[in-house]
Amino acid sequence: MTGPMILTLTTFLPLIGAVLIMAVRIVGGAGAAGSASKGIALLASLATLGVSLVALSQFDPTVAGYQLVDEAPWFGGSSYKLGVDGLAISLVVLTTALMPLCILQSMKSIEDRLAEYMVAFLVLETLMIGVFCALDLVLFYVFFEGGLIPMFLIIGVWGGKNRLYAAFKFFLYTLLGSLLLLAALVYMAIVAGTTDVVVLQEGLHPETGALLFPPEVQTWLWLAFFASFAVKLPMWPVHTWLPDAHVEAPTAGSVVLAAVLLKMGGYGFLRFSLPMFPEASMLFQPLMFGLSVVAIVYASLVAFRQTDIKKLVAYSSVAHMGFVTLGIFSFNEAGIQGAIFQMISHGVISGALFFCVGVIYDRMHTREIAFYGGLVHRMPVYAALFMLFSMANVGLPGTSGFVGEILTMVGAFQASTWAAAGAALGVILSAVYMLTLYRRTVFGEMTNQKLLDIKDVTPLEFFILGLLAVSAVGLGVFPGVVFGLTESSTSEVLRMIGR
Amino acid sequence: MNFLADINNALPEAILVAFGLVGLLVGAIGGDRISGLLRLVAAIALAAASATAFVQFGRGETISAFASAELAPEGLYRVTLFTLFAKGVTYAMAAFALFMSTGFLKSAQMERYEYPLLIVFGSLGAGMMLSANDLMTLYVGIETLSLSSYVLAAFRRDSIKSAEAGLKYFVLGALASGLLLYGSALIYGFSGGTGYAAIAAAPTSVGLLFGLVFVICGLAFKASAAPFHIWTPDVYEGAPSPVVAFFSTAPKIAAVTLLAHVMFVAFGPHIASWQLIIAIIAALSMLIGAFGALMQNSIKRILAYSSISNVGFALIGIAAGAEAGAAAVLVYMTLYVIATLGMFGGVLALRRGGKSIDAVSDLNGLVKSKPGMALGLLILIFSVAGIPPAAGFWGKLQVFTAGIEADMLWLVLVGALASVVSLGYYLRLVWAMFMKPAGEPLDRTDVSVAATVAISALIVFPILTVAIQMLLSATALAAGG
Repeated sequence: MTGPMILTLTTFLPLIGAVLIMAVRIVGGAGAAGSASKGIALLASLATLGVSLVALSQFDPTVAGYQLVDEAPWFGGSSYKLGVDGLAISLVVLTTALMPLCILQSMKSIEDRLAEYMVAFLVLETLMIGVFCALDLVLFYVFFEGGLIPMFLIIGVWGGKNRLYAAFKFFLYTLLGSLLLLAALVYMAIVAGTTDVVVLQEGLHPETGALLFPPEVQTWLWLAFFASFAVKLPMWPVHTWLPDAHVEAPTAGSVVLAAVLLKMGGYGFLRFSLPMFPEASMLFQPLMFGLSVVAIVYASLVAFRQTDIKKLVAYSSVAHMGFVTLGIFSFNEAGIQGAIFQMISHGVISGALFFCVGVIYDRMHTREIAFYGGLVHRMPVYAALFMLFSMANVGLPGTSGFVGEILTMVGAFQASTWAAAGAALGVILSAVYMLTLYRRTVFGEMTNQKLLDIKDVTPLEFFILGLLAVSAVGLGVFPGVVFGLTESSTSEVLRMIGR
Repeated sequence: MNFLADINNALPEAILVAFGLVGLLVGAIGGDRISGLLRLVAAIALAAASATAFVQFGRGETISAFASAELAPEGLYRVTLFTLFAKGVTYAMAAFALFMSTGFLKSAQMERYEYPLLIVFGSLGAGMMLSANDLMTLYVGIETLSLSSYVLAAFRRDSIKSAEAGLKYFVLGALASGLLLYGSALIYGFSGGTGYAAIAAAPTSVGLLFGLVFVICGLAFKASAAPFHIWTPDVYEGAPSPVVAFFSTAPKIAAVTLLAHVMFVAFGPHIASWQLIIAIIAALSMLIGAFGALMQNSIKRILAYSSISNVGFALIGIAAGAEAGAAAVLVYMTLYVIATLGMFGGVLALRRGGKSIDAVSDLNGLVKSKPGMALGLLILIFSVAGIPPAAGFWGKLQVFTAGIEADMLWLVLVGALASVVSLGYYLRLVWAMFMKPAGEPLDRTDVSVAATVAISALIVFPILTVAIQMLLSATALAAGG
């Protein structure tokens, strides 16, 4: 396989799988498609992982700027342009690596309409990879908003009791944010005459060389982008769709939502808001710090009070995303590197936590914390793995969670002592809610009779959780793997905001 | 002779007139037995008219016809690239609407020979009003379309609802025509002519503005823009399904592009006077269309409100003025009618026990019984809602661009709000199709409907998503001519 086109292949390979399954479904009926879809979906996602790894091997982390660029004219000032830097390629690999695990998990736990489920998942994978690879604002927007459709279906069709409410809330919240982004995008396209991200990041008119967006215009554009990314991330106070969506979504849906979809917000800040509107980003630094700290502390406190395991993990996601924004808006190398690392690490850890919840949910069909207790007596392996991920979520040294949190706090400390102090409080609180959760579900006496014959993890579940455990520890011990990749993108961002 | 040349210039309409008159004769002799044949030939005639319009478009020239030195020096009839494009799409939509009506007409025992003829005459009227270069020709075209539409709405003679729809449409439509005519008279009085060129050349005066407002009211009624939209849900609900599929496509794009054409050409120099009026109509239409449908349970009424809302989006393009908005209006409406044809056609052609379905709950579980149809409708619904990657999004992008270029950010923001609200009911349709357990089994889908849904779904996604440049350059050319 040769260099160019490889990102196009990575992006659209899952879609090809989805079309195949659809063809089988329409021609062969639901029965044939159900069994065929397992094989096709797994193959497609593994092939995508393979191709993305090839792309990673061709990627040269020492070179600044975008690589492996595929470009074709599209319409007006927009083009079909894909390309990655270290930030994008690491998120792409995170996506492609999690996808086969999600599909493996779903094969067991999804019983109804499996073929359609796989189609929705593969389409979603294409759109997610596209978001991270797109180097054209319009193309980015198409992938960004298009992702709502399969996720809406995944929550709505295969979700829990309250799925109608959750699916609508997810869709409408996110859409309102992205339409403001659309209005800003249209304005930028008119002013610059192009929607090429590279040109817009430089901030100079391609022909005249004049400054594209003076500071007062930047403020409005920044706010429009902020509306979209803040909802997606999600930041306090627009985070309320997330717990609902997480609780109602099927396990693999929650995994993808937490591990990948939330990262689009942080990615958006790093890729667009900071480089394109540096003055406005500086201007809003105090606001972002404030919101981040509130998110970290408030979401941690709310998480502590939850009775539903998934809701607890969801609120912990909101808190951890607070670290991401804190790091990004500290405008220094430690902060931004930490934020990127935190995104990757949270992808692994929160994904793993949702898989853990899925394991016991598949057996007992409830997520009430009070229902469980004493799981360690019947599920020792599970208890060990769950312990590892809980500790990683708290940020225990040696796990990937620690690296992200400590770096973002170091970065934030250089920018604002108070913000760092608030974030540190959040670290303590995260230990409080995670350890409480762990104690109440895993330790103690087994009082609930229904739990008596609960089985430990199956080989498949062990395989999925084991892989994630290796990644969480591996990234914690060798964080340089990620830093090496993202170093040049971080310095590019810092160069563009002029610090 | 000059007359023959004129006929040649108006060839698409000439084809329709010829077919309509011959068809009327043949139908009078052959009766309802040959209605199937007439439908086929009518669809072919409409397709031929569409092809002719596009050939003329391809030649790239503005055509004038029926000029008279004293009365209408510029010609009563003048076809620009803009209107040629609109005409081509209009005729093509009418052809498809006719093509897919067969199954419905059979099951409702409505196979009468007048049906294809009325569709042809209605399309002829739509074409005429688009080709008009004079308020008189405009009026004759509009009335030809309207009278055919009134009869079509009431075509199901034994249904009270259909008769009610026809009557309602007629009474309100006649009022709108009266307003239009009165406005034309005022304009004639204050500008000294009824030709577009004469109106454009006249100085802006209070009398002219009064006339302009009346004309806008009349045309907004025909395009079902708020606050002249009240008839739409009732007529859509009562009229037979294939007629609704026709109403919401061919006359819709004709009426909106006509409004654009009249505003840009005849009233172009007076833009300062009408820009805000159109902008307010656009904002009202988007909001009323979005909020109105939230509480509806009938699919037809929901789709009626959806069309009101979408007309509002297209009006953003008109409010932006000719330079910024002409191409955007064409792109928006073209994408909208293609998606609507499939969506209306598909939803309305679903039948249970021989009866058309109407409640949203009748769509329940469609993905289980007809997965292909459900997938097609999913694509079409998201296209009409303007969500990428479906092509309807490009239409929205274009009108938003036009709006911002014309410094009407507020209108674009209203549009953004309306989009979010209207998703509330589009998602309800998706919800019913994909997430509810299936109800009673549905009848077999007609091949013609399935084909139309498949074609329009493929066009909006993926064909035009990828190849949008084709449509954009064609409409840019049209807007320039």
